[in-house]
Amino acid sequence: MKRLIKMREMSDNQKGVVKKISATGDMGRRIREMGLVSEVQIQIQGHAPLKDPVAVKVKDFTLTLRNNEASHILVEVNEPKLP
Amino acid sequence: MNKKITIALSGNPNSGKTTVFNAITGARQQIANYPGVTVEKKVGRVNHKGYVVEVVDLPGTYSLTAYSLEEIVARDFLINERPDLVVDIVDASNLDRNLYLAVQFMELGVPLIIALNMVDLAETRGIDVDPQLLSSLLDIPVIPMVARSNKGITQLLDKVVEAANDVQEWHTTVISYGMDIDQSLYEIESIINASEVLEKKFPPRWAALKCLEGDHLILDVLKKDVKASQRIDVICQGIMKHIMSTLEEEPEGIIADYRYGYITGITKKAVKRKIDSRLNFSDQIDKVLTNRIIGPLFMIAVLYGIYAFTFWGSEAPILWLETFFNWLRGGVSSVIPQGFLQSMIVSGVIDGMGGVLGFVPLIMFMFFSIAIMEDSGYMARVAYMLDRVLRWFGLHGNSVMALIVSGGISGGCAVPGAMATRTLRDPKERIATLLVLPFMNCGAKLPVYAVLIAAFFSKGQARMLFILTILSWAFALFAAKLIRSTVLRGDKTPFVMELPPYRAPTLKGLFIHTWERTWQYIKKAGTVILGFSILIWAMMTFPGLSEVQVKTFEESRNGLLESFLASPDIKTCVKNKKDLVALNRLYDLYNRSMNNDESVFPDDLKKGPLFGMTQVAFFMEHKNATENKIDKKYLKGASRYIEFRGKMREIELLKQQMALKGTIAGWIGRKLEVVTRPLGFDYRTNIALVGGFAAKEVVISTLGTAYSLGETDTDDTGSLSERLKNDPGWNPLKAFTFIIFTMLYVPCIVTVIMIRKESSWKWAGFSIGFNLIIAYFVALVISKAGAVLGLGI
Repeated sequence: MKRLIKMREMSDNQKGVVKKISATGDMGRRIREMGLVSEVQIQIQGHAPLKDPVAVKVKDFTLTLRNNEASHILVEVNEPKLP
Repeated sequence: MNKKITIALSGNPNSGKTTVFNAITGARQQIANYPGVTVEKKVGRVNHKGYVVEVVDLPGTYSLTAYSLEEIVARDFLINERPDLVVDIVDASNLDRNLYLAVQFMELGVPLIIALNMVDLAETRGIDVDPQLLSSLLDIPVIPMVARSNKGITQLLDKVVEAANDVQEWHTTVISYGMDIDQSLYEIESIINASEVLEKKFPPRWAALKCLEGDHLILDVLKKDVKASQRIDVICQGIMKHIMSTLEEEPEGIIADYRYGYITGITKKAVKRKIDSRLNFSDQIDKVLTNRIIGPLFMIAVLYGIYAFTFWGSEAPILWLETFFNWLRGGVSSVIPQGFLQSMIVSGVIDGMGGVLGFVPLIMFMFFSIAIMEDSGYMARVAYMLDRVLRWFGLHGNSVMALIVSGGISGGCAVPGAMATRTLRDPKERIATLLVLPFMNCGAKLPVYAVLIAAFFSKGQARMLFILTILSWAFALFAAKLIRSTVLRGDKTPFVMELPPYRAPTLKGLFIHTWERTWQYIKKAGTVILGFSILIWAMMTFPGLSEVQVKTFEESRNGLLESFLASPDIKTCVKNKKDLVALNRLYDLYNRSMNNDESVFPDDLKKGPLFGMTQVAFFMEHKNATENKIDKKYLKGASRYIEFRGKMREIELLKQQMALKGTIAGWIGRKLEVVTRPLGFDYRTNIALVGGFAAKEVVISTLGTAYSLGETDTDDTGSLSERLKNDPGWNPLKAFTFIIFTMLYVPCIVTVIMIRKESSWKWAGFSIGFNLIIAYFVALVISKAGAVLGLGI
């Protein structure tokens, strides 16, 4: 089952497809010009030792975002497996 | 004459742009800044097939907006200078994102060649790009290459010459942004076409696109035509409302989406993927090196390794340079007669330059290590791991390297540290970082700590140094927090950053990086520092002693001399001044040879009463005498001679001390007592601190002079420690206050100049004032609190 969640809520190694970026202004611009746009495939690579920022694989490269930035990105994911 | 072609080299950061630039131009590069900004402009030249190709290295950018200095600089260069061609370096292993910039060049309409770099890397990752197909889909020449191994450079230059031969008009590529936006673009374009305000400099469609993106620079230019500007504004507002209500996004976002859509349409055809995008080698390394536990440990090990490497590697060359400057000092002293000229050249020019140039090996090794971290991609990981901590203090993950280089692990230097702030995008974060760099414990402050720690905290030296390291970080971070919540208040900038894949750095790249930065440092030392060294020398020399004072000292010296010569104990050996001169020379020579200096004491001088006295005097003074070696008949004379030498020295030192007190620096030092008395600093410490503004090394040598030790070598700090320890004016509390004040008080001149270069005079001046205030306040609290707790006894 598919559902929309914020990138911030994704766990390590989880995959998804970007559906919407609600950030505007400089942040929105930065996020988009680095290749995070609608319909792009992503996978969470991991988090920094203090759990923030997050590293995310976008197509062929790795980006880092702070958690508050990742909150502005809506991602469609498959329903996570039950723990 | 050969025809000249100007090409602009552009590309994303990490696309291998620098490698391409170096491969094309070799070492023939000039570095300057773009007019009015701190963005570096590198220009190189190459001759190819009868053409002179001038290559201008544009700053690495991801886009062409008006929101970062680099992007504005790149854009302005293209629009105002109109190079014959733009060569866009595109990373084949990361094609989609790299083409985002290429497409913007196409929309701007500049004649473009795409250099498809790193095709080898792409291949190993199973990404197969078809250059011909890509070229025909984009309608732009595409040259595949591997710049690291020089593959494709000649083909690229061939293409450059060929393309420059065709007369190239700017040709705007039209991309569709959906019906609504396209309609607005069309309307704005026709308004711009009708208006003369853009003077045909900007392609109308591109300018229209920028209006919709809210590009303030283009909108400002358009404002000159009030009517057109108002009409455009209405259109922009209209489409904004419409898009927001239908798609819940700004037009800018939609434009980016469509641009990427256009790119994906092309790469789907031109790129074949053999393997599914699984974790590649670089990702696997990251699993370990950014791991929660291993990551920080490895980072500490790397940082420690850099320091170990830097100090290990630079130790010998620094000694060579020191020897060289000593030799130069000696040479100049023997050529130029004693007097102000000699003093100026030796104490002003040579010592000043030597103090700065002596650091060059250290800085080179440090830059080399930094280049390895940057070129390998590890630097980005350090920023990633530490961002959470630094953000709280209003800094950025990328600030960490600058802080570490400046002395975050004791022994760095704020000058290269200031240069390292260039990796920070946001001006506020960059300036905040620049302003707190001088708090770190740079190599020049260490001798000051060493002297005072040895004198007053001899029991826990290592612990004390560790405490000082922690304190400097604490002061720097909290000062950053203070600055960022007052004068530089502002939002945190996005941390959307690329973690570039790990790569083995090339030696050529490392050497070029290292040399570029080192050379900038040397250039500074050769110009500004020279001037300031002479100024500080003058301040500590003039006006000097009055004639009356000189006469008084001369008289007391003559009196001493006469009574020495009249003494019956020495009558047998030293009869007149000539004999005394000979004795002095013999004694100095013997002293040196006995202290295992290279000069050997010649055998033919080992005779006569003068030698006998020399020998006895030496053994008496050094107390390691084996009694049987001493000829008893010289005992009295020798002890008289030692006493005489001691007194002469005292007079000389008193004279130096008086002279220093009488100089401009001395005058300033005494005037400053009004302010520094609450801290317990007298005019002598003040003079030392004033001198330390030139370079912190000066603090110790000046303290030495002020406390009558004559020439104090920063290496030979034992005697100054002793002196301060026994001085009633000093105690552990004052020593600690002085250490902290030295840590914080002002950046040295070179650093101030670097801060100015990286920001402005305003911030350089602020840095001096801010640091002084912080230092004073902290030192006051320490000294008062210490006194209340009864520590200052």
